[in-house]
Amino acid sequence: MTDYNFAYLDEQTKRMIRRAILKGLAIPGYQVPFASREMPMPYGWGTGGVQVSAAVLTPDDTFKVIDQGADDTTNAVSIRRFFEKTAGVAVTEATVDASVIQTRHRIPEQDLRSDQILVYQVPIPEPLRFLEPSEVETRKMHSLEEYGLMHVKLYEDISQHGAIATAYAYPVKVEGRYVMDPSPIPKFDNPKLNMAGIQLFGAGREQRIYAVPPYTDVVSLDFDDYPFEASKADHACDLCGAEDSYLDELIVDDAGGRMFMCSDTDYCAGRRKAGCIGAQGVPYQEDVA
Amino acid sequence: MNPLLNVTGVSKFYGNRIGCKDVSFDLYPGEVMGIVGESGSGKSTLLNCLAGHLGPDTGAVNFDTRIEGMRDTITMSEPERRMLSRTDWAFVHQHARDGLRMNVSAGGNVGERLMAVGARHYGEIRDQATDWLSRVEINADRVDDRPSAFSGGMQQRLQIARNLVTGPRLVFMDEPTGGLDVSVQARLLDLLRGLVREMNLSAIIVTHDLAVVRLLADRLMVMKDGHVVETGLTDQVLDDPQHGYTQLLVSSVLQV
Repeated sequence: MTDYNFAYLDEQTKRMIRRAILKGLAIPGYQVPFASREMPMPYGWGTGGVQVSAAVLTPDDTFKVIDQGADDTTNAVSIRRFFEKTAGVAVTEATVDASVIQTRHRIPEQDLRSDQILVYQVPIPEPLRFLEPSEVETRKMHSLEEYGLMHVKLYEDISQHGAIATAYAYPVKVEGRYVMDPSPIPKFDNPKLNMAGIQLFGAGREQRIYAVPPYTDVVSLDFDDYPFEASKADHACDLCGAEDSYLDELIVDDAGGRMFMCSDTDYCAGRRKAGCIGAQGVPYQEDVA
Repeated sequence: MNPLLNVTGVSKFYGNRIGCKDVSFDLYPGEVMGIVGESGSGKSTLLNCLAGHLGPDTGAVNFDTRIEGMRDTITMSEPERRMLSRTDWAFVHQHARDGLRMNVSAGGNVGERLMAVGARHYGEIRDQATDWLSRVEINADRVDDRPSAFSGGMQQRLQIARNLVTGPRLVFMDEPTGGLDVSVQARLLDLLRGLVREMNLSAIIVTHDLAVVRLLADRLMVMKDGHVVETGLTDQVLDDPQHGYTQLLVSSVLQV
């Protein structure tokens, strides 16, 4: 074991966070204030998600961290190492093997099961913030269910761009009551918010926790004549050939060369292992960097 | 005919100082009432008490709601009052930027109240917004411009369109022509007079500009130090003022 208390935070703090999580689960989509702690990483790097993960982890858990879908970016690697060191839990890159998944900006392509928990890192939990700067006023709007303003944002999108141009952090209504910011996931992921797993959202700097319980009705807001569309790049993955996954576009040289690849690295690797090959892909080999 | 608004004994104190004291009146459908007085006389305090922005210390403000008839808006629950203030009521601020969302286009500003009461069809919202812009003499091609690109007079007209789009029955106006130059004022007054007649609006206009009430108001209430010192028909009060302060006020107007 290490010199840290299990999962870094002290037991009283974890207890306080668990209370906030339980309240959040009881009132889906409601932002529960909590006393966010200073974490050994800067705000904006997932301090909210880390605190929620610390509060839900048990020694038997298997932990996975993804950042923009990838398991191997700085943010994902450092948070994974953090819990390896302070909690000594098993870690994995495989979505199916993980029991707790902390994520930034994506929902895994693989459907989650009811024994899995998805923890989101949230920069700005208040969906109405950019239209209504006053916290007092936005809280009142939530409590009185006055959500007309959210549609003003979508109206502005259509009037300026001819379509709803909000591509990420697309506002949703949870269980017919609270309007919620699903964190900056692409709107392609919004339909996946109706899932079997527990979804917890932690905003460290803003000191808010909210949650979506399993099988909760989550509806993306839209207009009758401009319905919600889960959009993605109109392409197939160049590595694994998947046509149903969310894609990143990469510039690969100075001559305008580009390729599309799955943003979910575990999903892409799994498909390539199974023998799928995209337009620019090569057959899968172990230990190819 | 039943009054649309029945105000009885409304008082508001700021500590020991008086905001407004013991104000009572009835307002009938289609009637426009002016409240005049100098700065600090309690006009705006009274208006804010009536519109639910401030809680008065005593008194009742009964409004003839569409469904339940007369209701005291001070004791009704906050959701009900806020619902009223975005359907049957409208509030025109002196400074247009207090009443507009400056970072949202003109169309979005007008559409906000529609969306707040449940409109979810973009095309219809936009058609209504464009229609209202033309009714307040703003070109339809400005519908996607932000209010910050508008002149003061246009901002004020936009604020009026934004308030009237849901077809309110009672409009509160706080110095609607303050800060505008005289020719723009004249056009705005013309427009307001037309809309009030056309939509059969009731309105309460707070102003220190006697010309505004002469043009718009049927009835007049003169306030001084938080008290109502004189009430009556507009022409009667202005042409034959009885109270010393009203005489002073009327004689203070510069003749050109």
